[in-house]
Amino acid sequence: MTSPEPVVLSATAITKRFGTVDVLKGVDLTVRKGERIAILGSSGSGKSTLLRCLNLLERPTGGTIALDGRTIGRPDGKGCQRYDERELDRVRTRVGMVFQQFNLFPHMRVIENVMEAPRGVLGKSKAEAQAIAERQLAAVGLAEKATAWPAQLSGGQQQRVAIARALAMDPEVLLLDEPTSSLDPELVGEVLAAIRALSDEGRTMLIVTHELGFAFHFATRVLFLHDGKVLEEGPPEQVLKAPREERTRRFIERFTERRF
Amino acid sequence: MPYVWDFSAVTRNWTVLLSGLGGTIVLSLAGIAVGILIGAGLAAMRLSGLRVLRWPATAWIEFFRNTPPLVHFFWFFYGLPMAFGITLSSFGAALAALGIQSSAFFAEVFRGGIVSVERGQWEAGRALGMSRARLFRRIILPQAARRMAAPFVERCFELVKTTTLAAALAHHELLYAAMVVVTETYRPLEVYTVVALLFLTVLFAASQVSEWLEARGRAMQGR
Repeated sequence: MTSPEPVVLSATAITKRFGTVDVLKGVDLTVRKGERIAILGSSGSGKSTLLRCLNLLERPTGGTIALDGRTIGRPDGKGCQRYDERELDRVRTRVGMVFQQFNLFPHMRVIENVMEAPRGVLGKSKAEAQAIAERQLAAVGLAEKATAWPAQLSGGQQQRVAIARALAMDPEVLLLDEPTSSLDPELVGEVLAAIRALSDEGRTMLIVTHELGFAFHFATRVLFLHDGKVLEEGPPEQVLKAPREERTRRFIERFTERRF
Repeated sequence: MPYVWDFSAVTRNWTVLLSGLGGTIVLSLAGIAVGILIGAGLAAMRLSGLRVLRWPATAWIEFFRNTPPLVHFFWFFYGLPMAFGITLSSFGAALAALGIQSSAFFAEVFRGGIVSVERGQWEAGRALGMSRARLFRRIILPQAARRMAAPFVERCFELVKTTTLAAALAHHELLYAAMVVVTETYRPLEVYTVVALLFLTVLFAASQVSEWLEARGRAMQGR
């Protein structure tokens, strides 16, 4: 037995309330280096909110997030965390995110999209940033689109650029929030292939997805969220093939039925 | 008996009208500059998270948007000396009225452009660790500017036409020059028609330039 990999990111008792709705009701999560975690759950189960809390794009109502063992923010004395904007900026340089809607910068060429943060946030020279961007674009198979505008690309290509943009920061953890959900079915495959390629380099990733087949082969661990809590978690073989919980079973059945 | 057009009233007083046109252009450009400066400040206040900043900016904007511009001109020219003992030249009063009144409109143009940029753009920038200032400057503002362009030009045109109210303060701009010429020649139809044509020429030329700039901006983004 090798010793377990170090913990990169952890969430403790995370709650999130929007107005009067409790979206997350106490989620604990420990992410070790090199893990690939698929987060499943029906809509409204809080999976996207959980992901967005992990890089503090959404500030949790309660609970704490720790990156590399260091708790982010400090207690305000009333049971909540106070966050400093600059600390959050630093955290986010190390926790990358890919969005459902790609969110490329439409006024910048593809390569400028990828160069922007390494240059402006990490302070790399133009030549360095360009080298990083070229490498990342090549990795997602879009080297020849470097000078194109985002509007000239297909959805699948835009999402691959978004992946390259996130990876150009060399984040310790990459969060992917339903990266294929707004794509035409024929474009889903190319994006999933790009994500799969990242697992070969041992990248730590959390993905919220509805692609159960992909989750099965890709993930090292599957989390099933229901009603703001982790209902079930474990290796994909167990959660997806022999779920313990009735709700998990029904969720999986609903998805597999569609495949005829 | 049909009206006999006689443009000699115009051709004989060409230089008066031209210097009036110069006055209009100077007042317009200065008014736009003041309007942009104050308007940008007001837009920033309205977009701020602090109510103490938002509220006065909103009050200012609503007040100047919903009161007649001629009244603003009179306030700055006749009202300030009476109320505060501050006397402005006709140019100063006209500039203050134009700049402050248009700041209310410009502020709404700027704010509208900024809030029209999708939330996803802010989130993408923040997820990359960009600071708020950098994110605003590099990501939000360039996109907002493009969307502001058309309404901004529209407001500028309105402002140029509003400069004619400065004639009421006897400020030497195109309309006042025309009034002077009319008093001497009794040819209001010809003179004011030429005034209209001069405004048309200047603004139409300006609109062609701005359309060309917009088309170039779109082409640059591959759309």
